[in-house]
Amino acid sequence: MIYARIVGTGSHLPGDPVSNSDLASRGIETSDEWIADRTGIRFRHFAAKGIGSSDLALEASRQAIASAGIDSATVDLIIVATSTPDVIFPSTAALLQDKLGIRNGGAAFDVQAVCTGFVYALATAEKFIRSGSHRCALVVGAEVFSRILDWKDRGTCVLFGDGAGAVILAASDLSGGVLSSALHADGSHNNILSVPGQVSSGRVTGSPFLQMDGQAVFKFAVRVLGDVAVEAAELAGIGIADIDWVIPHQANIRILQATARRVGIPMEKVIVTVDKHGNTSAASVPLALDLAARDGRIRPGHKVLLEGVGGGFTWGAVLVEF
Amino acid sequence: MDSIEQRVKKIVAEQLGVNESEIKIESSFVDDLGADSLDTVELVMALEEEFECEIPDEEAEKITTVQQAVNYINAHLKKA
Repeated sequence: MIYARIVGTGSHLPGDPVSNSDLASRGIETSDEWIADRTGIRFRHFAAKGIGSSDLALEASRQAIASAGIDSATVDLIIVATSTPDVIFPSTAALLQDKLGIRNGGAAFDVQAVCTGFVYALATAEKFIRSGSHRCALVVGAEVFSRILDWKDRGTCVLFGDGAGAVILAASDLSGGVLSSALHADGSHNNILSVPGQVSSGRVTGSPFLQMDGQAVFKFAVRVLGDVAVEAAELAGIGIADIDWVIPHQANIRILQATARRVGIPMEKVIVTVDKHGNTSAASVPLALDLAARDGRIRPGHKVLLEGVGGGFTWGAVLVEF
Repeated sequence: MDSIEQRVKKIVAEQLGVNESEIKIESSFVDDLGADSLDTVELVMALEEEFECEIPDEEAEKITTVQQAVNYINAHLKKA
């Protein structure tokens, strides 16, 4: 039996934190109180001009590789979850492989499931590892959402930030690791959260900026995050109370609170970073995971539920024993 | 069993963190009880759960007072 275990984590946030007041002083008609009350967000980070998702991914990946104590040459699978790739192609995963100096011919590809991206990528990597086809996966969520924000839309531009998080998922004979996973999508809700533009014949057609129906997203997110938490626990044959930590996608503190209340998980068990990172889309879950692993909250034997929900709509969960 | 009005008031009190005695039938969630836009979304979700019904978004937008919530539920509640 091959188990897929998380053996290392890393993360990276670019530059200094940008406060709500900083945004207001940049001419966005908003206030710390408005943003904090509705979202719980107080800070986010923005990548400097010229820094792409692969650069943030590189820093996070180096940390994850170091914390796993492995040689990067053993990484035979790289999956990057991103909605803000460096370029149309090649994939951010291929660019990351090059930047890491990995020349072993391992597989590398991107996964696009917006804010559920990391959960999709991790569940995908787990299947490669458990099948025996690959032994050591680098799974990354990396985003520069600041590039797709309409700074004139104060309802959305204050919500997002840039960053990256990474894990090493390795084959192991030791039981544990990924206990269950559940991935879902309902494409009929594609229009409530999207960046509907595209590049065609040398120009952008449609809007290249993020647009969102916040209330519809809120309602959908709370419902599916609750449902998929229960589903992942049932698949693993454990109760909700057996979960030590929950790391939901960090979109909005109110979504986290409403979900926790519905499922019956105390907020003390929920890892919260949305206050300091904003919504970093596919990067939010591995960023929070790395934080909680490094500060000692997550310990060996703990069962951690990783959950995502995002454009598509997509949603999913991975339950991991550390 | 509590009346629909009592059940609605109980949910409003829980969701908005206000005392049940402060809630009148004519109370507006936003103007009188301090709800913001996300509170009203959560309130509708809680009503859907309590009364086992689905309130479409375009209908939910029109429910701004306790009375309107009670009226909607009376009109759409599954007959036992």
